[in-house]
Amino acid sequence: MEKQQNMPTNTPAKRRVLGPCSHILVAANTGSWRMERPQVDEEACIRCGICSKYCPTACITVNKEGCPLEFDWHYCKGCGICANECPRQALSMIPEGSGE
Amino acid sequence: MGIKMFDGNGAAVEAIRLARPGVIAAYPITPQSSIAEHLADAVAEGAIKAEYIRVESEHSAMSISIGAQLTGVRVATATASVGLALMHEVCGVAAGCRVPIVMPVVNRSLVAPWSLWCDHSDTMAERDTGWLQFYASTVQEILDLQLCAYRISEHEDVMIPSMVCFDGFYLSHSMQRVDTPSDEEAWDFVKPYVKKNMYLDTKDVMFINDLCPTVEHTEMKYQQMMGFQSAAQVSDEIFEEYEKRFGRKLQQVEAYRLEDAEVAVVTIGSMSGTGKYVVEQLREKGIKAGLLRICMFRPFPDRKIHEALKNIPVIGVIDRSCGLGGAQGPVCSEVKAAMYGESSKIYGYIGGIAGRDISDGSFRKIFNELLKIKDGKADTVSTWFDVEENAMNIREVETNANV
Amino acid sequence: MLTYNTQPKGSVSQGINTCQGCMIDVIFRNVLEIMGEDTVLVIPPGCSAQFSGCGPEASVTVPGIQGNLENSAAIAAGIAAGFKYQGNDHTQVVAIAGDGATVDIGLQSLSGAMERNDNILYICYDNEAYMNTGIQGSSSTPLAASTTTTPAGKPVNSKDLMQIVMAHHVPYAASASIANLPDLRKKVKKAKEIKGCRVLHIMSPCPTGWGYKMSKTVEVAREAIQNGAWVLMEYEDGKVKLGKKPSQLGDVEKYFSMQKRFKGVTPEEKDEVGRHLIERYEYLEKLAAL
Repeated sequence: MEKQQNMPTNTPAKRRVLGPCSHILVAANTGSWRMERPQVDEEACIRCGICSKYCPTACITVNKEGCPLEFDWHYCKGCGICANECPRQALSMIPEGSGE
Repeated sequence: MGIKMFDGNGAAVEAIRLARPGVIAAYPITPQSSIAEHLADAVAEGAIKAEYIRVESEHSAMSISIGAQLTGVRVATATASVGLALMHEVCGVAAGCRVPIVMPVVNRSLVAPWSLWCDHSDTMAERDTGWLQFYASTVQEILDLQLCAYRISEHEDVMIPSMVCFDGFYLSHSMQRVDTPSDEEAWDFVKPYVKKNMYLDTKDVMFINDLCPTVEHTEMKYQQMMGFQSAAQVSDEIFEEYEKRFGRKLQQVEAYRLEDAEVAVVTIGSMSGTGKYVVEQLREKGIKAGLLRICMFRPFPDRKIHEALKNIPVIGVIDRSCGLGGAQGPVCSEVKAAMYGESSKIYGYIGGIAGRDISDGSFRKIFNELLKIKDGKADTVSTWFDVEENAMNIREVETNANV
Repeated sequence: MLTYNTQPKGSVSQGINTCQGCMIDVIFRNVLEIMGEDTVLVIPPGCSAQFSGCGPEASVTVPGIQGNLENSAAIAAGIAAGFKYQGNDHTQVVAIAGDGATVDIGLQSLSGAMERNDNILYICYDNEAYMNTGIQGSSSTPLAASTTTTPAGKPVNSKDLMQIVMAHHVPYAASASIANLPDLRKKVKKAKEIKGCRVLHIMSPCPTGWGYKMSKTVEVAREAIQNGAWVLMEYEDGKVKLGKKPSQLGDVEKYFSMQKRFKGVTPEEKDEVGRHLIERYEYLEKLAAL
């Protein structure tokens, strides 16, 4: 028995639930809504992280080294709040598909 | 076990006490108020160890009940009339989320006109909300049905909340002898509440009652329907167990002298005792009269009713609610559907509205009409059997010449 | 058990179908981060119902229930009572409801929970109308704002939720804004440490309903704080504490020009709104001075 319990399994035991409930954590590909996307001016960015704090999809990672900001394009809705809130205007919104 | 004196509300409170609820939320409404009061007393005295929440409405009473029971405790609430109507929306949530709450409902007419008195318009309006419905005919039966309702509702194949309905004042305020199980006997029967199916537990995460898309909604309703199908069987089993333990027989439908009956009435609720009395009187005169009492209205025991009534040529069904706009009252509609294909003549009666007494005279009048039909001397009945002749003119006010 | 088909950020999934520029995600993420995983949510229909999930698909990693539009506080009270009865004194019960579900249809059940001091945290995110159903006016819609049910501008002032809450003598209440996240987080943290009925009223502007560019949500909310259209305050132990005095109290010129919902506003109406904001703030100042 003990041995069985320790075996890793991909098919955990299931039980039937009657009635409405959600139980599978999912994420919509909200990045597909994007019409514009933020572009970062690496020189101007001071890595303050304000963009990241205000990002509704929490898709901005602030790096200490290298390119200061990393965006998860799968979720970025392209709302532009990050660019609007940047205290150094280091972010600008460019049409999706343009730029680098 | 022992004999205690209870009115209907007292019996409901005693059954709740015996089931040891953890959270109680009740809003007072005539004629239910003494349930809310006695529950508060019981908590204050320590007879029930529960959180008593003095709610600001019946809507919140049911909402709190749902929230609390989903954490894994048995809850208690009770209501009547417009209070039940206010609960309607949330009653559907309890049913759809399969929260097996047991709730006494003291039957009282719905407004308008305002009335404090008994009819079944309140619970009949809830008949398709997804709750089991039991209608008691005596104070003893309130206690018995309620104890059974916990077992039936909470059964894993059922998981459907219950209304234990009893007639306002006729039963709620009528003091009767009640054979009451001891705390231990009752607890051994009702058993502790065990959370199953859906629940709120931070160690087993699920989000209950989220938006259900069309592709699944029918299936959720089908699940509820299957719960009702199970309830029909489970209630027979539980009633049988109850009889073995406590010696009192409970039935989904009670057939009274129907074996050879030529005319019969179908009753529901407290009127049934009077009906049986009149059946006995008629039998003494050699008239083969009988009575069928419906105790469980949801799920509707159609096969049992069919079986009990199939050989009876003339049947009258008494509804204690008007079924306005319908072909007949709700009970009669259901009985007719159950009897489809049989040659019995079935007539709907509507009366006893808002506390009007359904007396022995009422039953004699109804039986007389049914006997005339049986003998071919009449082909219609007075559906509204107790309405006054001047119904359309009971208010005649002075006209104002200036208008 | 919750099955993870995605990795959440904090307790919230990243891909939520809230509108572009909507900051409710940020409210949920911050509130749940502070309240912790030992939290049960109550969410009524509305924009926040995006976080209840849909069908089998969930959006948050904590358990919860979607109630009806008007009974969030009552359901939360029931859950809290159920936990209390079972000796669970650690699980937090948090209701997150919109302004319609709070100051309109849900006011009665909230009032009951506040009076009883039920042990819940009730959060109203206020976007000043019924946004999820298509921008219909609510009792939180401000004077002169156009919605689909107040097309010519709302003729009366909005209800003041904080004053309603204060009239119930709750142990803690505060207003916050998505424009000031440190302040918001501080208030959620404070609320977490207090027992009883705690209420937070959080402004969450709606680009879709207010008619501004979606990148401007925080800017609009900040402007509302500066002119007094949104007052940051706390109510604790019966004492009112106001935030920093608005720098342009009553001057709604810029605020109105940013939003299409105030497009048809006359100069007289603008004055009236400005006067109202000043009077309201001065009244609160008197309360704060007590």
